[in-house]
Amino acid sequence: MISLTSPVRTRAHGWPAGPKLLALCLATIGLFFVENLAAQTVVCAAVLLAYLAPGRVFFRAGMSRLFILWPFVAVVLLWHLLVGDFSAGAVIVLRMVSVVALANLVTMTTRLTQMTDLMRRLLAPLRRLGIRTDAIELAIALVIRATPALLDKGHNLRDAWRARTHRRPSWRIVLPFTLLAVDDAEHLAEALRARGAITNERE
Amino acid sequence: MEKNIAYIALFAALIAVLGLIPKITLAFGVPITAQSLGVMLCGTVLGARRGALAVGLFVLLVAMGLPLLAGGRGGLGVFASPTVGFLIGFPVAAFVTGWIVEKWRSAPMGITAGIAAFIGGVVVLYAFGIVGMSVVMGKTLAEAAALVTAFIPGDLLKAGIAGMLTASLAKARPGSVLSRA
Repeated sequence: MISLTSPVRTRAHGWPAGPKLLALCLATIGLFFVENLAAQTVVCAAVLLAYLAPGRVFFRAGMSRLFILWPFVAVVLLWHLLVGDFSAGAVIVLRMVSVVALANLVTMTTRLTQMTDLMRRLLAPLRRLGIRTDAIELAIALVIRATPALLDKGHNLRDAWRARTHRRPSWRIVLPFTLLAVDDAEHLAEALRARGAITNERE
Repeated sequence: MEKNIAYIALFAALIAVLGLIPKITLAFGVPITAQSLGVMLCGTVLGARRGALAVGLFVLLVAMGLPLLAGGRGGLGVFASPTVGFLIGFPVAAFVTGWIVEKWRSAPMGITAGIAAFIGGVVVLYAFGIVGMSVVMGKTLAEAAALVTAFIPGDLLKAGIAGMLTASLAKARPGSVLSRA
């Protein structure tokens, strides 16, 4: 499956994922305490400029991902215009855009394998508590494999529906779809059991 | 153990695919995305613990940067956006839904599951969603609540649909409704 990592290679792709995530957390928390309009404007402009550094393709991809925020931006600005406290609204909007843009920046410059490795390290303390983290890792891999497979089957179902009527699929199509998932799960469970993927380790 | 992992993984994939398939149409022509329906089904079909784990796995994969949310969204950005509360509330919604279905066995499956999906997938989920929205957008809880009321009727219908689907599933594959196993 295609992750949201940007195909445009940037310098940040080489940075380790852990510190990037930690920096993101600190920046997000920090920005929530800044109530100064000028400071928030500078931060927001700097973050958006950072998108320009790797080139125009990267910038456009980043901006299209930010665009989904527009209804919230519109609501907040309109509300604060009506109340007559525009600068407070601007601070909220600028902060929202900066924080989301920073988080997207981390996602766009971190490969899925780096994220998986980071997850593994973050889960390590749970292993000492006796929680089977290998099961979580296996489940992650299974979802990544099962989603496109299930999506294919969903498209087949939709085509079967379209062959019979010109109307759009109604909610009824979800039942056969859920049945597909349930049957897949049964087969998968059998296959896992046959290969001793999990029980062997425990014994 | 294998069965639990397989069901949890497949239902996490089911939530993802329900968000990715084109919108489906309700009886009177209102298009909806079925993603929250998937969350409700995780609770009604898998039960509290497994349901919450399946939804939690889905949220984790979104955080890791997979475009699994409706409309192909994902990544860490959604955890900073105004809808973050709904995302964090997803596993809790599935847990509450599943817990009710597990405990309340006297009524018919469809009714139990429908009401459970309403309490978990609408009441609990919106509580989380409204808190998240009020924090990120700097609004009071009442103002944030007013912004999301437009989506409640659609989710009410989805809770009803989740109930009917669970009842049908219990007939078609009785062994698969783990919440009643």
